[in-house]
Amino acid sequence: MNVLIYLVPMALGLGLAGLFAFLWALKSGQYSDVDGAALRVLSDDDLEK
Amino acid sequence: MPEALDLSLYAKPAGNGTLGMELAVDGIACGACIARIEGAVKRLPGVTEARLNYTNRRLQVSWTDGTTQPAQILQALEDSGYHGHPFVPQRAEQAEAAEARKLTRCMAVAGFAAMNIMLLSVSVWSGNVTDITPETRDFFHWASALIALPAAAYAGRPFFASAWRALKSRALNMDVPISLGVILALGMSVVETANHAEHAYFDSAIMLLFFLLVGRTLDHAMRRKTRAIAGNLAALKAETAHRFAGDELVSVPVAALKAGDRLLVKPGERVPADGTVLGGNSEIDESLITGETARRKIISGATVYAGSMNYSGALTLKVTAAGGAALIDEIEKLLDKAASAKSRAMRLADRASRIYAPLVHATAALTLAGWLIAGASLHDALVTAIAVLIITCPCALALAIPAVQVVASGALFRANVILNAGDAIERLAEVDTVIFDKTGTLTLPEPRVANIEALDPELLQMAARLALSSRHPLAVALAREARMRAPYEGAVEEPGQGVRAFIDGVEARLGSAEFCGFTHARMSGMENDSSHSTIYFRTGCRSAIIAISQKLRPDAVEVIKALVQFGFDLRILSGDRDEAVAPVARALGIDYWQGGLKPADKIALIESLKANGRRVLMVGDGLNDAPSLAAAHVSMSPISAADVTQAQADAVFLGERLKPVLDAVVISRRAGGLMTENLWLAAIYNAIAVPVAIAGAVTPLIAALAMSGSSLLVTLNALRARRS
Repeated sequence: MNVLIYLVPMALGLGLAGLFAFLWALKSGQYSDVDGAALRVLSDDDLEK
Repeated sequence: MPEALDLSLYAKPAGNGTLGMELAVDGIACGACIARIEGAVKRLPGVTEARLNYTNRRLQVSWTDGTTQPAQILQALEDSGYHGHPFVPQRAEQAEAAEARKLTRCMAVAGFAAMNIMLLSVSVWSGNVTDITPETRDFFHWASALIALPAAAYAGRPFFASAWRALKSRALNMDVPISLGVILALGMSVVETANHAEHAYFDSAIMLLFFLLVGRTLDHAMRRKTRAIAGNLAALKAETAHRFAGDELVSVPVAALKAGDRLLVKPGERVPADGTVLGGNSEIDESLITGETARRKIISGATVYAGSMNYSGALTLKVTAAGGAALIDEIEKLLDKAASAKSRAMRLADRASRIYAPLVHATAALTLAGWLIAGASLHDALVTAIAVLIITCPCALALAIPAVQVVASGALFRANVILNAGDAIERLAEVDTVIFDKTGTLTLPEPRVANIEALDPELLQMAARLALSSRHPLAVALAREARMRAPYEGAVEEPGQGVRAFIDGVEARLGSAEFCGFTHARMSGMENDSSHSTIYFRTGCRSAIIAISQKLRPDAVEVIKALVQFGFDLRILSGDRDEAVAPVARALGIDYWQGGLKPADKIALIESLKANGRRVLMVGDGLNDAPSLAAAHVSMSPISAADVTQAQADAVFLGERLKPVLDAVVISRRAGGLMTENLWLAAIYNAIAVPVAIAGAVTPLIAALAMSGSSLLVTLNALRARRS
């Protein structure tokens, strides 16, 4: 069962990485316009330039 | 167009010699609009960035200073078929955005903690029935404690703060039992872990926080979304004042007003700045400023304050203090009301918590005493008592109403209904009688003069210019024909009757036949033509009957039919004459209608219905409907309504169609039913869970299942409010 000594912290570390990724995304405004992001992907006017 | 708006006020320096501005944009219909709007603005010289936020319909533009005027950006939008207006975020909205970010962060932390603790807890639960060693279990418990304690300290702040505020003011709210449950569960778990016990409740405490935070975050997000849209509407609609430039009237943003400017304030509008009255008679409602609800009579020389509602007559105003401290925006009033007026069912939930909290705390105390008397050890009795507190933590009860509220206001929002009052949903749910105003409500808000050829052009111009001083929909239609945009000074509007002024010393009256002194013998027969409304004009011995054509809203017939099928009692109460109301009532199949009503008559009719136990929904848009909207159980107005009217309405609906009214009552009815259902579900849950807890049979596994089960149940039940 000694394997748990590093497996549990690893699991927590991965969870924390996910948490910080989410908090970073939130802070950088990636959730401020979710509807627009869904529609922008369909627009191809960037190809004209 | 004399609207050469000077908008440089709104351009804010954004560094590197660039200016930035935020605009509310109207008319966005689909995803393609994003590229069209951004493209149109980016083509302007010097524009470095244009980014449209599709969610809140706001456009962020920055440009190099000196290359482009803000008004050109508006014009570019106008040319591509959109309407925009600079937008300055209200303080309340900014505060709310900060609050929303805080809630989301708390939710993320609680979610992370709940997932990881569950991972450990599930191992312990399965280990307890198989072969887990006490050492491993202790390790898992301590690991859980390590996650749970900091996470609860961070994510629990919204609850602890609110509970502390309530306790300090010697009150109880739902957050008190929540905080107490969380703290006791965590404290007991730490002690139990130190004693190498089999059970710890870290998972229950954190999961409770997570579920409640999800509910609160969603509730907040929905309220922010409607607030943003309502804020846009206000920016697009309300932020201009009518300023005299010579004799002409020019629309300018309120923020551009300077001391000494001369303004015209029409009836139904708020006074845009502090000032002295130069001309006109009116009554103003200053309840926003002084809290005094009795209206004040205003004559020449009187002082008026920004934010007062001008009721009856057009006022000419000299600005003494622009953008003054007393300025209270329509927006702020409307939206803060929505925020502060918690729904009645919420208040009911709060009231329930006032009974509920002492009840569960007493039950826990009795459990402790009971087990001690029955001979259990102090430790066992204490653990059982705390288990009672954990299991009764009002997760389901606290989610029961907000969950429905979120889903229902989302559904209403999609149906083009924006709620002004927080408790509008529950009141709409109780409606059994719907009263419609005719003009602008059942019919489209923008009628036109129909008989221009038959009228004396000079008289028409006088009438149209006089109509500039009125907010009545018929007058507005007539005013579109006015070539001179300067209204007559000293024009007075008599609500529900008409407007009058002295033109070159001769009194001119525009309005109802009665008001203008027309007798039945003098009428030409045109007023019997059902396709027109007539507006009368008289000056000296000359007179004119002006026909304004009105169209029903495109879906009015179907909506009325559907409302009848739902069993609503429908009525039309109109200030318009009978001959104009009758054909509309006939076309719609509404048997009960009355025309020629004064505002007071409408109120009297509504009051008599209320006295008979009816719950009345009043749908109206005119200045003359404002009092009846306030008198009704619940009220709605179209977005085209007079400002004063909209301020009274519990909900505002958008667009040309009448369908939002039907949707509003149908969705609210279902939501009201679901709220009651949810409260019962929560009560039943407690009735089952509490005896189990008192018996001492609650393990962390049972607590987790019961809590998630009940929360899931009320949330899923709330989702049923989605279907429309």
